[in-house]
Amino acid sequence: MTEAADAGLRRTPLHGLHLRLGARMVPFAGWEMPVQYGLGVLKEHLHTRAAAGLFDVSHMGQVILRPRSGRIADAAAALERLVPVDVLGLPEGRQRYALFTADSGGILDDLMVANRGDHLFVVVNAARAEADILHMRTHLSDACEVEPVSGRALLALQGPAAAAALASVAHGVDTMRFMDVGVFHVGDCELWVSRSGYTGEDGYEISVPADRAVGLAGVLLARPEVEAIGLGARDSLRLEAGLCLYGSDIDETTTPVEADLAWAIQKVRRAGGARAGGFPGAARILHELAEGAARRRVGLLPEGRAPMRGDTPLYAAEAGGEPVGRVTSGGFGPSVDRPIAMGYVPAALAAAGTRLWGEVRGRRLPVTVCDLPFRQPTYKR
Amino acid sequence: MKFTEEHEWLKPEGELVTVGITKHAAEQLGDIVFVELPEAGRSVSKGEEVVVIESVKAASDILAPLDGEIVEVNSALADSPGLVNEDPMGAAWFFRMRPASMADLDGYMDEAAYNAMIG
Repeated sequence: MTEAADAGLRRTPLHGLHLRLGARMVPFAGWEMPVQYGLGVLKEHLHTRAAAGLFDVSHMGQVILRPRSGRIADAAAALERLVPVDVLGLPEGRQRYALFTADSGGILDDLMVANRGDHLFVVVNAARAEADILHMRTHLSDACEVEPVSGRALLALQGPAAAAALASVAHGVDTMRFMDVGVFHVGDCELWVSRSGYTGEDGYEISVPADRAVGLAGVLLARPEVEAIGLGARDSLRLEAGLCLYGSDIDETTTPVEADLAWAIQKVRRAGGARAGGFPGAARILHELAEGAARRRVGLLPEGRAPMRGDTPLYAAEAGGEPVGRVTSGGFGPSVDRPIAMGYVPAALAAAGTRLWGEVRGRRLPVTVCDLPFRQPTYKR
Repeated sequence: MKFTEEHEWLKPEGELVTVGITKHAAEQLGDIVFVELPEAGRSVSKGEEVVVIESVKAASDILAPLDGEIVEVNSALADSPGLVNEDPMGAAWFFRMRPASMADLDGYMDEAAYNAMIG
């Protein structure tokens, strides 16, 4: 518990609030973050699915890409050099999931990109923010100013009660659709709101001026249906929703097709599309889109009650042989009330229903390949 | 009752010793979702891993506190691992063992010393 007090960890504008709420603080991607509050991971998870959970995600990188020409299409076209995603076709007021790819076809980071009229707004992972900003400056500076947003916190409000709770503060957010973005004024305070999140629940991510973050969090937490939720529950929520954690489920060694993220690559960027290719790793990624990848990320259901954690080796047989794959994320899913995991397996073993074995503490325990997600999302499309 | 530095409690009853984990340990581990118990009849050496507990966050081992034989395990924990959070000092005992020597208990902390250790 004292490790978080080590020097060098960054603190979000909500740090003091976390301590007042009794959070257990841990180091995460160079930041001192709340892993859980008094409720504990299990109840925090279930509360988010039943009502609303408030998360501090201020450690994530917020970046504005401002086109030098003043034309948003120039920023969008530039960003398309780095992601296999249709950014030019993203309408104003909309957000989309994207991936920075490497020349190898691997994934440098996953991100959200929003069209905010005269600029693009991207949110990247905390651990990758510095590298992503350098990457964008290196490749986009001819067309865009790459402006890391400082002085703003980022909150996520997730769960079935999120819309009513946030609408009580920011009128009109409840009419947004999934992946809409908009600016809302609360007094003289400007909120940048997207109807999105990373829990599989309806909800919002809210960029708020740093000096107003504690006030906004306090107003939301004063409502009985809203509880503060830590990184522990954030991880089990996203795992149940089948969502990837960068650094565990996806990284530079996994391609978008292997990671089962081909849905993030729109037709216009695929072979035969009007802007096919033109992103790092296009040769391999387009080939895998056409021919399939040699391995794939799948859902895994351990048959017993023992959780199967990340790095568990997977075998095709109960005895003998070499590992055929490995678990990349795994644990207990509180809402599905059973152990769940994700991992990579050869394409021939990736069909739902395939039986494999994961080696836990020297014993091979049966797991069944399943479709993702483990729990259907409740987005307001 | 005696306590180990590994946050186990040991309760002597006749020639048997009941073993569980302390309230402090249960709080630190967080929500327990899985408990793997040894088989009754197994001979164990002090320091040997005999129980695996998995919380939502991580797996932890419970070590045999004494040389001896496991005579009974609390099979209720397999179906209700959450009992460890609800009643760690009572209903959520892990196993009963017959130690090779009851005198080996003497080396462990009493409650006051344990409370001082966890601060």
